[in-house]
Amino acid sequence: MIFKEKGTFILKEFALRALNQAQLLGAGYADIRIVCRRFETINVRNGYVAALSNDETDGFGVRVLFDGAWGFASSSFIEADEIDRVTALAVAIAKASRLASRHRVDLGPPVVSVGKYRTPVLVDPFEISIERKIDILLKADAAMRAVKGISLTDGSIGCLRETKLFASTEGAFLEQELIETGAGIEATAVGAEDVQKRSYPMSFGRQQGKIGFEMVEELDLVGNAERVATEAVQLLTAPPCPTGKKTLILDATQLALQIHESIGHALELDRVFGMEASYAGTSFVSPEMREKFLYGSPIVNVTADATAPGGLGTFGFDDEGIPAQRVPLIVNGRFENFLSSRETAARLGMQSNGTMRADGWNRIPLIRMTNINLEPGDSTLEGLISDTEDGLFLETNKSWSIDDKRLNFQFGTEMAWEIKKGKKGKLYKNATYTGMTPQFWASCDAICNRDHWRVWGVPNCGKGQPSQTAHVGHGAAPARFRDVQVGV
Amino acid sequence: MMDKDMGRGICEKILSASKADQTEILIYSNDAKLTRFADSEIHQNVAESESEVRIRVVLEAQGKRIGVASTNQLDERSLKETLERAIELARFQPENPEFVSLPGPLPFKAVGSHVERTARFGAEERAAVVSIVCRKALESKLIASGAFLTAERGILVANSLGTFAHHRGTCAEFSTVVMGDDSSGYAGYLSLDAGEIDGEKLALEAIQKALASRNPLSVEPGKYTVFLEEYAVNELLNYLAYPSFGAQSFLDGSGFMAGKLDQRITGEKISIWDDGNDPSGIALPFDFEGVPKEKVFFLDEGTAKGVAYDSFTANKAGKKSTGQALPAPNPDGPTPINLFMRPGKSSKEELLEGIDKGLWITRFHYVNHISAKESILTGMTRDGTFLIEGGKVTRPIKNLRFTENILEAFKRVEGISRKTKLEPGFFGILGGNRVPAMVIRDFSFSGKTEF
Repeated sequence: MIFKEKGTFILKEFALRALNQAQLLGAGYADIRIVCRRFETINVRNGYVAALSNDETDGFGVRVLFDGAWGFASSSFIEADEIDRVTALAVAIAKASRLASRHRVDLGPPVVSVGKYRTPVLVDPFEISIERKIDILLKADAAMRAVKGISLTDGSIGCLRETKLFASTEGAFLEQELIETGAGIEATAVGAEDVQKRSYPMSFGRQQGKIGFEMVEELDLVGNAERVATEAVQLLTAPPCPTGKKTLILDATQLALQIHESIGHALELDRVFGMEASYAGTSFVSPEMREKFLYGSPIVNVTADATAPGGLGTFGFDDEGIPAQRVPLIVNGRFENFLSSRETAARLGMQSNGTMRADGWNRIPLIRMTNINLEPGDSTLEGLISDTEDGLFLETNKSWSIDDKRLNFQFGTEMAWEIKKGKKGKLYKNATYTGMTPQFWASCDAICNRDHWRVWGVPNCGKGQPSQTAHVGHGAAPARFRDVQVGV
Repeated sequence: MMDKDMGRGICEKILSASKADQTEILIYSNDAKLTRFADSEIHQNVAESESEVRIRVVLEAQGKRIGVASTNQLDERSLKETLERAIELARFQPENPEFVSLPGPLPFKAVGSHVERTARFGAEERAAVVSIVCRKALESKLIASGAFLTAERGILVANSLGTFAHHRGTCAEFSTVVMGDDSSGYAGYLSLDAGEIDGEKLALEAIQKALASRNPLSVEPGKYTVFLEEYAVNELLNYLAYPSFGAQSFLDGSGFMAGKLDQRITGEKISIWDDGNDPSGIALPFDFEGVPKEKVFFLDEGTAKGVAYDSFTANKAGKKSTGQALPAPNPDGPTPINLFMRPGKSSKEELLEGIDKGLWITRFHYVNHISAKESILTGMTRDGTFLIEGGKVTRPIKNLRFTENILEAFKRVEGISRKTKLEPGFFGILGGNRVPAMVIRDFSFSGKTEF
């Protein structure tokens, strides 16, 4: 833990040394992040602890602009000589960037934020003993294994503490301590030719947020374990989901991923400008569509909110020093704003809305989703089901895929409930649905209210080269969509 | 880059300080540099340098208990604290009755996969190659984007049973997407040697595709004979292999290999194996537990032959580790990272000439499982999709979504190219796959998009 060992005063001296060195070498702009990340993870499988680890990674990264071209270098060795070497390397790399450069980078107005931020938590997850965490997982695991027909059980708790210092030649100086807690369970039933899984509270291993251990207590993994396992066994013998054009009600966790793939990524301004073209792709959305394009029906309101309490995409300042903010992306169905950085916003004559985040000390910040939230409507889930004549209620993501402009998507879910004449009926398995982004969101005719709404965490959002994994959030409540193609 | 002697010194210190019954140290060193370009100019240009020390300890009092901790700080205090953290984690957890032991020392044969030129390749040299691609794209009124990575890696594994294994290697990967208003083309190349990256050749490949794919025609989803370039075959192979070729899913029944050994599960033209000692791949002669890698056949002429084991799953199954462990802790089990597909006898030109009507697929995008057990995948085509008529590529088409059972599709393979290409594995360039191009009959497309 480099912050504890060296102290903020010495690290600040290191940071100023790097910035000074960069300027002496001719950099027009420089920033440095010194980051310490500690991650504790516990995986329980089939009644025993399958993985128990405590990983710590410390280092620093220096980002410079030289003659309008970017360079970045990083190292895990935080000492004065290495700061000098890495800073000089960052400048040398920036000089090489000029060899294939057509435009000078403009960052827009200077950012001079000075401040501190710490994730507010009731219970620091690192203060909870390993025994307590293992005990919760083993009890949930035992309750799942007690259900006849269950072959595999998994449970995990993960806790992250990231301490970081940011300083720039413009005068920004920030200290942040971000804390995350996550937990979840999965039960798998294996048949001769079929495998069915149920997850709680969501798939991807666990629900995660910028929140303390209180979230794990609230999730009540043990209390939900038997139900989850029973549903997995039921799925083995459930009939396959019928295909055709259907009315769908998506649960909030599936909707979270739908928002992620078909709205969040599509509105990243670096993708729009082609900066991710060769890897993750571009976007069907263009700057000319701002304030004109109908992204969804009039009840679709989407906000990027880096201030949402407990959201996995919540922070104090982004990795360019911009304060966290709440930004409307889609208002009454109309597209309003992109997710932006200083560089991309300046190209539109705008200011960054603070979404640049780096996956650790050895990565540059990229535009990443914060908490991309579908604002709640006024329905209840019970009301929505009773108001649906013929449809399906789909729960919990199982599979996802979308084209490189974020138009054609296909998702699969763990559960599919028949809805007939306003009542939940038969359980189906292996449901998939497919569509095109604008048509799908235009078909949204009801969203559940705030009682059903919460911010769900997606801790595995991949982007960039070298690859980066972002922790992002999506506020969602169940919602209804008409005439969606189910199955292939 | 940490050298072997420095790594040995760190391991000796940790092993002599450890009071655990068994102790394992994995040191992974990485010096990587990557230049990214978009809109025909460099927009990101980065370098990183790190050595991570990962310690796994086993306590045997009252049953086996395992703890893992890691750090990238190499001073004595940090290493000592990391060892203590690992022991503390192990102490607090219940017994794992399925764990037997860390692997003992086994001899392995060193395999050369380090190219000094790659290790020394600089930012200006990367920029020079990128400049060629950008310039050529602009000359064709197209936009180039892509990335050029060079990396030098060191892996050292030591344990208290006497295992000591060290390997260092390099790799270089270049990829580019060249785009027009309504078209795009892809080219990529992976090698141990950065000097083999030929900017002119790769630019030409991507530019030709981008020019040829202008004004695409919309075709209806359905079943088509497809010519899959190596890039596309590699995507299918990665997603086929990852959930099912390791012992974990074999033993728990969730993978498609479970219960199928010695049964023909796909077409006889399909043979797939893992070989960490083959220098034509991204060779690594031992795994992350220091166990020598064996050549493991998963599919031999369509018949399921075996799966990959690490020491944990091998002990559980009463088998021998095949040397496919990933770094601990790894609850998902062993995974092959050096895959090979058996080539065929035809040239790519001959394969194309044999297609009366079909589709040419350059690569797939965002492939994912619908059902790993049934090997059903979905994904989109990307960066060069064309109609084939009368044995020739005739027209560009808009991109399609496939949804297909891959083992079933491999039963309909009509031909496989005799040349293979090195492509990134499931975990990127941690490993590499050597794959051919192939022609498959009645490949299922379930949807289409607007570009």
